[in-house]
Amino acid sequence: MQALRKHPGRRFVVAVPYLWLSVLFLIPFIIVFKISFSETRMAMPPYAPLIEWRDGVIVGIKLYFANYRFLFTDRLYASAYLYSIKVAAVSTLWCLLIGYPMAYAIARSTAAWKNLLLMLIILPFWTSFLLRVYAWIGLLKSNGVINNTLLSLEVIHEPLTLMQTDFAVYIGIVYSYLPFMILPLYANLEKHDTTLLEAAADLGARPWRAFLRVTLPLSMPGIMAGCLLVFIPAVGEYVIPSLLGRTDQLMIGRVLSDEFFANRDWPVASAVAILILVLLVVPIMLFQRVQKTELEARP
Amino acid sequence: MKSGYFARTGLVIGLAFLYVPILSMVVFSFNNSRLVTVWDAAHSPTLKWYVALLSNGPVLRAAWLSIRVAASAASGAVVLGTLVGFVLARFGPFRGRTLLSAMTTAPLVMPEVITGLSLLLLFVALEQLIGWPRGRGMLTIILAHITFTMSYVAVVVQSRLAGFDESLEEAAMDLGARPTTVFFRITLPLILPAIISGWLLAFTISWDDVVVSQFVAGPASTTLPMVIFSKVRLGVSPDVNALATLMVLVVALGIVISSAWMHAVTKRRERESQLASAGS
Repeated sequence: MQALRKHPGRRFVVAVPYLWLSVLFLIPFIIVFKISFSETRMAMPPYAPLIEWRDGVIVGIKLYFANYRFLFTDRLYASAYLYSIKVAAVSTLWCLLIGYPMAYAIARSTAAWKNLLLMLIILPFWTSFLLRVYAWIGLLKSNGVINNTLLSLEVIHEPLTLMQTDFAVYIGIVYSYLPFMILPLYANLEKHDTTLLEAAADLGARPWRAFLRVTLPLSMPGIMAGCLLVFIPAVGEYVIPSLLGRTDQLMIGRVLSDEFFANRDWPVASAVAILILVLLVVPIMLFQRVQKTELEARP
Repeated sequence: MKSGYFARTGLVIGLAFLYVPILSMVVFSFNNSRLVTVWDAAHSPTLKWYVALLSNGPVLRAAWLSIRVAASAASGAVVLGTLVGFVLARFGPFRGRTLLSAMTTAPLVMPEVITGLSLLLLFVALEQLIGWPRGRGMLTIILAHITFTMSYVAVVVQSRLAGFDESLEEAAMDLGARPTTVFFRITLPLILPAIISGWLLAFTISWDDVVVSQFVAGPASTTLPMVIFSKVRLGVSPDVNALATLMVLVVALGIVISSAWMHAVTKRRERESQLASAGS
């Protein structure tokens, strides 16, 4: 591949996606950061310019910190922020608890079963996410399938309140993100050398002990990748809490979108986005490291 | 190696968890009652919600827009994503590699509200600065969708390339083939399955997106997920069940056809290699 490393077309091949991602991914964040320091005004676009130009010379830079001060003083934002972290963390934990045994069972089944089971895991992912969340409204609402079934079996006598609860949001997130947990776990568990477990058994370790001492530590990269793939997007989740969640406690993604669409306050929406990014920057960097080793350390 | 009762029970329960909601949507799409979840045994099954759906003008127009957006976005994403996947898998170290790989993996996990907001602010700023893109609509949705779906294509292509060593490409170059020839004659055919599944993946994600589209769409361009979202925010509606059933049907058919096709291809390869070894 030496020729490829020196080829003049190489620059062009790198430059095209580089340019695209810089303009449509990197620069937008700089704009969001900039606008989060702007003053709101009634105009289109609804924010004041930061930098004042006169005859091509900068005559003043006005940084407006009030958006952030507002976010830190109004309790609504802090509670939405903390609530989102809690919801994402609890959902991630449930995904792991449900997904790990599933990934393990698939990784240890015969080749023919493996393909079929993997297909069954991926299949829901190909059908609409929005419609799969919608399906839970029909199951959870007060005259929904779950309540009707329990009532007709006389397990309960009053319909349970399942919709617009934390429980409904957890179900929605776990349900939608479960494949994202299972697939990296499976990819990791599948590579394990089962002779290690046999060695542990020969040395007298009981299956549970062998699992805790051998399989679990070896699967840490898979656990990391799966948890980050669920946690990071779940923090900013908007569709699931809007359809299934509480109305008295919003998640931060909903707050951002309400500031933007309902209040038309673009600077405050930008400041909320920046605060979400501050929270997620470490998890995102961790995810990149895991992803990099997964993709580059292949035989 | 047996997996034990615990894991297998978990697998069965987990699969039930994944499929019961989808099945309930399918079943209730044939229900006569407007109450959706109360089965009206006397007048069901019925196809009336399918009839209602297929004669609903706004839904059909939105679906047509979504198909065009998803097809264009997937095609753009395949070109850019393949370039990125190829560069990251084959170019070795170069300046700016870390940034490129960061800009490719970050969109995979970035919350959609942030992607949507940042792209909208970009389009507004660009319009102020250079007058393009004028207003927002189908074009801005496509540009946004290309940006966050190309990462999926890049990952699929990169992992496919990581599974092949470079010896075929090196051999072709040793024989004097130019790098572009090598790419189009050797690399591209090798990664074609990854490119096809990348296109389908990008199409599905774009077809499904509601959050980013809401930010970057203009008033005149409403995609199908935006229509569904505003419908279901008001509560369940039976024609949405019919729509969901149609989508599940399309996906299931697509998977059956593609796995039959893959099966045929592998069978043919096996036969060819048997013939080749018998002939030598």
